[in-house]
Amino acid sequence: MNGLLEEMTAKALKLNVPLSVQLDLTYRCNERCVHCYLDHEDHGEMTTAEIKHVLDEMADAGVFILTLSGGEILLRKDFFELLEYARLKLMFCVKLKTNAILIRQPEAARIRELGVESVQISIYSHRPEVHDAITLVPGSLQRSVQAIRFLKSQGLRVVMANVLMVQNAQDYPGVRALAGELGVECTLDPTITPMMDGDRSVLSLGVDQDALRQVFRDASLVGDVDEFCAIPDPAEKSELENLPCSAGHTTCYVSPYGDVFPCVQFPLPTGNVRQQRFIDIWRHSDSMNEVRSIRVKDLSTCTQCTHVSSCSRCPGLAFMEGNMRGPSSQDCEKSFARTGIPSANMLSKRRSAPHLVQIRALPALASATA
Amino acid sequence: MSKLYLARNPRVAARSLDGEMMIMSGRDSTLFTLNKTATILWQAADGATPLDEIVESRICAAFDVEPSRALQDAETLARELATHEILQVSEEPIVPQTSPAGDAR
Repeated sequence: MNGLLEEMTAKALKLNVPLSVQLDLTYRCNERCVHCYLDHEDHGEMTTAEIKHVLDEMADAGVFILTLSGGEILLRKDFFELLEYARLKLMFCVKLKTNAILIRQPEAARIRELGVESVQISIYSHRPEVHDAITLVPGSLQRSVQAIRFLKSQGLRVVMANVLMVQNAQDYPGVRALAGELGVECTLDPTITPMMDGDRSVLSLGVDQDALRQVFRDASLVGDVDEFCAIPDPAEKSELENLPCSAGHTTCYVSPYGDVFPCVQFPLPTGNVRQQRFIDIWRHSDSMNEVRSIRVKDLSTCTQCTHVSSCSRCPGLAFMEGNMRGPSSQDCEKSFARTGIPSANMLSKRRSAPHLVQIRALPALASATA
Repeated sequence: MSKLYLARNPRVAARSLDGEMMIMSGRDSTLFTLNKTATILWQAADGATPLDEIVESRICAAFDVEPSRALQDAETLARELATHEILQVSEEPIVPQTSPAGDAR
């Protein structure tokens, strides 16, 4: 974050202003990514008028950065009408997240004309057989890459987002090389998010410790490996007063159905914009205020942990594990992979795990079945 | 002296945070905050009101400043904002592509 944005974020925090919001326009999608946390049925999306209304309310509340995501945003027939409203009428700084399959030259030109800040596109591999096996759409890599070329030819800022999972664990150098060839930025995230309905089966797609260690020791990704993987200093007392993350403090998430959550990865219901004003949910929701009240010192297991001052702990993932003040196991795994030191959560699980018992067939049963 | 007209560049993003105007450049995503005078120019930049009228009605009314000096300073500031592609400056009225002044809350 640059200095001035940091300053404005600090000011927004002090004034309780939601500076940045992600609004998912739809959960419908034209890809079926194997790791996706969404149900792609339409359960009653907000109408064009409803979305414009909530955009008005967000602008009134002080929202500056608006991320439009999904599902696939271009499946909304009113997508460009909404984008034009957000940009030209309300002057949000708009970022888009898309698979870009539906972006051709005219769409790219319109996105440029409307002054979109950046377009993030999911690319899981440089190899079509791997990428397309993740999206379950044959030809999807080719179409997404073609769209990146269209967007770049318009001078737009494009970011390739790569989620690391078992299927593509060895492909990130190829994705980064592709990004370099296309002249775009590239991010890599080893986090798999459980389904919004609580189903955690997708977590089995997450990479193992060996793959995490490889990523965290790649200087081209993390910079100074020794510094990145260093054992953290004990937390200062003042660090325990810090906020665990920006969710609910300067950022939040709104679903296509109008539900407001602290973050897209933190499905704690706080209100619905179809029933209440956005600003009232933001300011007065008990759930939002509970999230806001939490400081690092309130995280029971994590305050006992070596990693407390350097951990990437996600409160939303912790919430999905059952306790928003508890640890997030995926982040424990990351801290362990970086430093080789198990987290307090990992140690406590080891202590409480039942001892393994060798089970042998009873002699009587063994002879009976012989 | 010919008249100058100002309009907001439709490619920027803008929001007022507790009275302080944040502007993000559409060219390179650089973030700016505007001082009070620049905020007045931004808010009044409807493409139709000449700069001298803006200065007279909104700057001289708010600050104890001599009108000709205020106009000179405002023109310098407007041209500087134009170099950052925050405002458009023209000797002819400009048809605005953004909403009327006041909608960029």
